[in-house]
Amino acid sequence: MKTKTMIVFVLLLGLLLAPMFAQGTKDAAPQEIRVLLANHPYGELLKTKIPEFEAETGIKVNYESLQESQLTNKLTTEFATNSSTVDVFMTRPLQEGLMFIKNGWYESLDNYDFADYPKNSVDIGRKDGKAYIVPLVTEWQVMYYRKDLFRKAGLSIPTTFAELENAARVLNKDGIAGIASRGKGAAAVTQLSSYVYNFGGRYLENGEAVFDSPEAIEAIRYYGKLLGNYGPQGVTSMSWENIMPVFQAGKVAMWTDASVFYGQIVDPAKTQIPAEDIGIAQLPRGPKDDSPFTVVSWGMAMSSASKNKDAAQKFLDWATSKELAKEGMLSNITMARNSAWADAEVRAVMNPGLVETQAHAAKNGYPFDRPFMSSVGQARDLIGEVIIESINTKGTSSKLEALAREKADAVDELLKADGEYGL
Amino acid sequence: MAKQGFLEKNLRYLFPLPAVLFVIILMVFPVVYTFFLSFTDWSLTSGKPLSIVGLESYLKVLKEPRFIESLGRTFYFTFGAVIVEMVLGTVLALILNRKFKGQGMVKTLLLLPLVATPVAIGIVWNLFYDPTIGILNYVLSVLKLPQSGWVSDARTVMPSLILVDIWEWTPMITIIVLAGLAGLPSEPYESARVDGANARQVLFQITLPMLMPTILTAVILRAIDALKTYDIIYSMTGGGPGYASENLNVLAFKYSFEYFRMGQSAVMLVFLFAIVMLFSLMVMRVRSIFEL
Repeated sequence: MKTKTMIVFVLLLGLLLAPMFAQGTKDAAPQEIRVLLANHPYGELLKTKIPEFEAETGIKVNYESLQESQLTNKLTTEFATNSSTVDVFMTRPLQEGLMFIKNGWYESLDNYDFADYPKNSVDIGRKDGKAYIVPLVTEWQVMYYRKDLFRKAGLSIPTTFAELENAARVLNKDGIAGIASRGKGAAAVTQLSSYVYNFGGRYLENGEAVFDSPEAIEAIRYYGKLLGNYGPQGVTSMSWENIMPVFQAGKVAMWTDASVFYGQIVDPAKTQIPAEDIGIAQLPRGPKDDSPFTVVSWGMAMSSASKNKDAAQKFLDWATSKELAKEGMLSNITMARNSAWADAEVRAVMNPGLVETQAHAAKNGYPFDRPFMSSVGQARDLIGEVIIESINTKGTSSKLEALAREKADAVDELLKADGEYGL
Repeated sequence: MAKQGFLEKNLRYLFPLPAVLFVIILMVFPVVYTFFLSFTDWSLTSGKPLSIVGLESYLKVLKEPRFIESLGRTFYFTFGAVIVEMVLGTVLALILNRKFKGQGMVKTLLLLPLVATPVAIGIVWNLFYDPTIGILNYVLSVLKLPQSGWVSDARTVMPSLILVDIWEWTPMITIIVLAGLAGLPSEPYESARVDGANARQVLFQITLPMLMPTILTAVILRAIDALKTYDIIYSMTGGGPGYASENLNVLAFKYSFEYFRMGQSAVMLVFLFAIVMLFSLMVMRVRSIFEL
């Protein structure tokens, strides 16, 4: 009797645990790959096209899509613990590229044809002559504005920072904020970058933190003055996802942010403002320069731990192909491939404001929107402290210089700890 | 035959084995490994393998002002939330404990916040709290009261977060206290009535003292949970504005998954572990005094 109970117990336990080991015994015949995508319009596009790829190649694609910071977390955790089964993934070259290259998590793409890409966009993901990241999407700083409000106030589109400040002051009334831009510490770093460049400053130069230079400080003060005086309430806790609904609700007159959001703010299902009242212009030039950021916000890469590199390579080639790049452009995603921008069909439907600002940014822009370093997350928080101080004091803080110097020293320490100081 | 004998003789070890394995693999190992990591300089951004550096990570963390501030905030959040929840939860339970019409429905409604997902709660409360398009500021403006920045203002973010925690967890205290009330013996009440005690005396000299062990149990559970709060804070403010709502858990998360400095993150978690441990021991001691 007791023995029987025992057997039943062991059998039950076995049944319970069996699924845990099932993966290891699966038949290897049909090729299968695991792909991690971002919750980004291009990731969404790929999801709708993956069945076509599967039908064409017979490769089964298991994909997951994640919000950008969760994507980084997941990839990092899997790679760092050597337990990854990811084959291909979307990646942010400026955010995690350096760290992933350093740890050897990207497979080098020796056979990929990069001829159709701007050279500097490929260079971001290159080290020691090897390329690791295929650029997917580019974005640059633009200014979205409300044409109707400008008309009513009799203002023309600002082309200098002095005009921008004046427009923000005039338009800031009746419950509408004159201007919005990210104020949430770390998230604000990328949007402040173009302001810093236009004042003649940089975040990093020759592997040293220089955002405490007089030029950069002036930019941070100006940004704080704009947002502190004419920004929406609670701007220091706002990133793009908080500003967008406020803009869509008609409570913001101007918004400086990345070019990717155009499609969403003119989408009649989400916006209360008619699309013809929404304009897109380049960021006004600053006292020293006219150089908005223009960056590869997303790329695609292969995992060096992939056990199925042939299938992974096939997927990568397909997902970054000319044809799909064109599809992306047709759904308002600004792709990295040159050919996608030259395509006549694309040019016919593209928003002229987007085309103009892209041309301007491609010619004059600077290819970084944040300090390009492995500890970029921590560095962004440190710079974010200076930004918040400036916004809270409307740009008048007397300790801003000292604070910026202290944070620049802290960033230098991070660079030293990571072996990137002075490089 | 011999083998069966062995199994049968050791049955009492075999049956708890899955539970023991579970505890070892999923609880003991992570704790021990975190302790180990706290003595290393493991950082993914340097690209170097981890090396044991003794107390270096501890010194770095103790010198970090954000760590000290987050420690203070952890206690502020815990005491702020738990004290209000305890008082409010007990009062609600005492009110609900008498018979009235619609009692079942009220109890069900009270339970609702408990079954909602914390992250969803965070997202919804964020919409309420939005200073420009949120409903709370709209209500304040209709009532002609001054508006607040709620979670987007460094001065009001902690109380605003505590309010969400109170909304979510007060019902749990109520339910535990209600269970306690149902289990109270009726004799003391009868003799109190005979002795002519009034309602106030009954409440403060009979009901509450007898309920104390139950309330304390609820408080320990809540306090330990509140010390480790993560989901609501992370989904609502991410620790901001600036660092104004970072508690220990959120800070440790940032150090490991945004800064990739695992060694220093482990140090913070060791501190959190010690605090929770100390707290549990303290409260257990208080309980044993109460119950004798």
